[in-house]
Amino acid sequence: MEENGSRAGRSEEEVLDAIEERRRRPRRKLLDERITLSHGAGGKSSHDLVEALFLRELRNPLLEPLTDSAVLTDGARRQAFTTDSFVVRPLFFPGGDIGELAVNGTVNDLAMAGARPIALSAGFIVAEGLAVDDLDRIVTSMGRAAEAAGVSVATGDTKVVERGKADGLYINTSGVGAIEHDQDLGPDSIRPGDRVIVSGPIGDHGMAIMVARGELALEVDLESDTAPLNDLVATLLGATGGVRCLRDPTRGGVATVLAELALSGEVGISIDEASLPIRPEVTGACEILGIDPLYVANEGKLIAVVAPEAEEDALAALRSHPLGAEAAVIAEVRPDPPGLVLLETSFGGSRVVDMLAGDPLPRIC
Amino acid sequence: MRFVDEYRSGDLARSLAEKITGLVEPGRTYKLMEVCGGHTHAIYKHGVEDLLPDEIELVHGPGCPVCVIPMGRQDDAIAIAERPEVIFTTFGDMMRVPATSGSLLDAKARGADVRMVYSPLDALKIARENPDREVVFFAIGFETTTPSTALTLTRARAEGVRNFSVFCNHVTIIPAIRAILDSPDLRLDGFIGPGHVSTVIGLRPYRFIAGDYTKPVVVSGFEPLDVLQGAYMILRQLVDGRTEVENQYSRVVREEGNPLALRAIAETMELRTTFEWRGLGFISQSALRLRPEYAEWDAEVRFEVPGVRVADPKACQCGEVLKGVIKPWECKVFGTACTPDHPIGTCMVSSEGACAAYYNYGRHAGRRRRETAPTA
Repeated sequence: MEENGSRAGRSEEEVLDAIEERRRRPRRKLLDERITLSHGAGGKSSHDLVEALFLRELRNPLLEPLTDSAVLTDGARRQAFTTDSFVVRPLFFPGGDIGELAVNGTVNDLAMAGARPIALSAGFIVAEGLAVDDLDRIVTSMGRAAEAAGVSVATGDTKVVERGKADGLYINTSGVGAIEHDQDLGPDSIRPGDRVIVSGPIGDHGMAIMVARGELALEVDLESDTAPLNDLVATLLGATGGVRCLRDPTRGGVATVLAELALSGEVGISIDEASLPIRPEVTGACEILGIDPLYVANEGKLIAVVAPEAEEDALAALRSHPLGAEAAVIAEVRPDPPGLVLLETSFGGSRVVDMLAGDPLPRIC
Repeated sequence: MRFVDEYRSGDLARSLAEKITGLVEPGRTYKLMEVCGGHTHAIYKHGVEDLLPDEIELVHGPGCPVCVIPMGRQDDAIAIAERPEVIFTTFGDMMRVPATSGSLLDAKARGADVRMVYSPLDALKIARENPDREVVFFAIGFETTTPSTALTLTRARAEGVRNFSVFCNHVTIIPAIRAILDSPDLRLDGFIGPGHVSTVIGLRPYRFIAGDYTKPVVVSGFEPLDVLQGAYMILRQLVDGRTEVENQYSRVVREEGNPLALRAIAETMELRTTFEWRGLGFISQSALRLRPEYAEWDAEVRFEVPGVRVADPKACQCGEVLKGVIKPWECKVFGTACTPDHPIGTCMVSSEGACAAYYNYGRHAGRRRRETAPTA
């Protein structure tokens, strides 16, 4: 599209088609001079950074699908391999702490490949001055989380940096898992007619953290949903062969996951707003802050895209598990418009749901 | 959720939409301007246009506080923020507004201490906690946000917090509406009046619109049913041949506004002779500055700011969008060079900006409406 020409004489459709066509093209060059917080928010800027820098320089067939885990193949044996870093503030929050999150986050990335987690690594970057008691509590809770997920922390590393150079503690975990099913999970498998299921209420983790920071003068009784999803995934995959793709809607929330699936699966996705499971506390806090719960992070939920004929079995399997008791169908895959997620509002209208641009910042009035 | 769901009921919306369609004169088009960005946001977020008959066109107005700040003021803000002694506090939306050399977010990445706050009182708190730093609050917004700045100023003075100051960019809605009415580019049939501004200023200031310009005004709330009912009340006036200022948002807005809030503003601020608005140019007596008694808390007095008028980027058509002369998609850089992640103009930054609302929420709805409409 010309950038300085006029749009006079062109219809809205023509202009929008050109915009969508351009939007679907991967970003080749990063437009920013410096890294800003937006690049870490899990939305559009993060996506651009990965495509325009990391993928450009490190491109290989294992990395290229840009899924939660890479799949390593050795003869008939398939393994999932993943890594994740945890920089959450505060270190302790209602429903969990950074240690539990670091274990569950990596376990869940493996689980989204349908893998049984085998072993984790744990790297600690500790700031000088951190209370040993705090570190003790965090590592104890990592141990508990690893046991609950049935995984061992097999190797680790510790670095200490000067006071003020890290915010207390950062943790990196990597993980390997065994893929013991033969289903081909991934956005390429998604077909029009497929159903999108979420395993429970959305937005708990992100809002619990925002409230726990204590900057908002909001008192809401909310806990992070951090949980290991490997057992839930095993239950689901054991119940039906109709699962197309699994994702955990962490940073960027359900909206970003669905936008990514629509783009990479080249399908349209239509969300029914009335069907979205959201706790009233999350709805209330989001209303006050002007944040859309669709963009708020989850740490114990999964999105499953399933074949239409598998809907009932998948729902029943998820609901039979304590972590999926409130599972619900929230969307349907459509042939059109490719690459775009639409939401049918409870009010009777419709709107686009795009990847998040920038931080989920509150409106000001 | 109580007190929210009631105003988003699909059933009520459908029956109201039918009543609106019943009032529409076939063949006539109605251009209704929603003045406030909060309305624009609600319209696209809930798909309100999907329920309106084709004859009604909603025109987005200038009432987005982020959108109307001209580039030069944003440059001034960044100049203050980059001073080493300053902690610069701002509402989140302003962090991403592009200035001559990047946004406040970029300035932060270069090392400036820029912090997001939810209220000016948070900024004052930061000042108390950092007595060796200069804490500046980037005050923007219409009469909705001005009272909270005013109260913060009186508190700073009462408590003697001397390392706190306000970079005041508060604007007033009435001169902007008058500028739109005087603009030859646009013919409007009525106004969906701003709800939250009116909680402060009341209904009286809008009378000239109904009187001198003979256009209906219906001050409306921000839930989608409020907007729909506002549109219905405007149409009702047009059908009855009335032009009045009516109050759809009576659960919040009072005829006389909020005298306490108005007094707080009057005590701390006064009208500027003139102020530049993005896209609308200089409008006389359209913005506020701190009174001389508050000079000590006035960032423009305390710090040297460039104060240079900077023209918008050539490609940017925010001005025409703000005046409702063009639709967001008609701007030549909309969606291509200018997107929410790399905005050129302010309208693409704020969630209340017409371009951001249309890009993020609305860019497919119009097409779908036309595709599903029965062919004649």
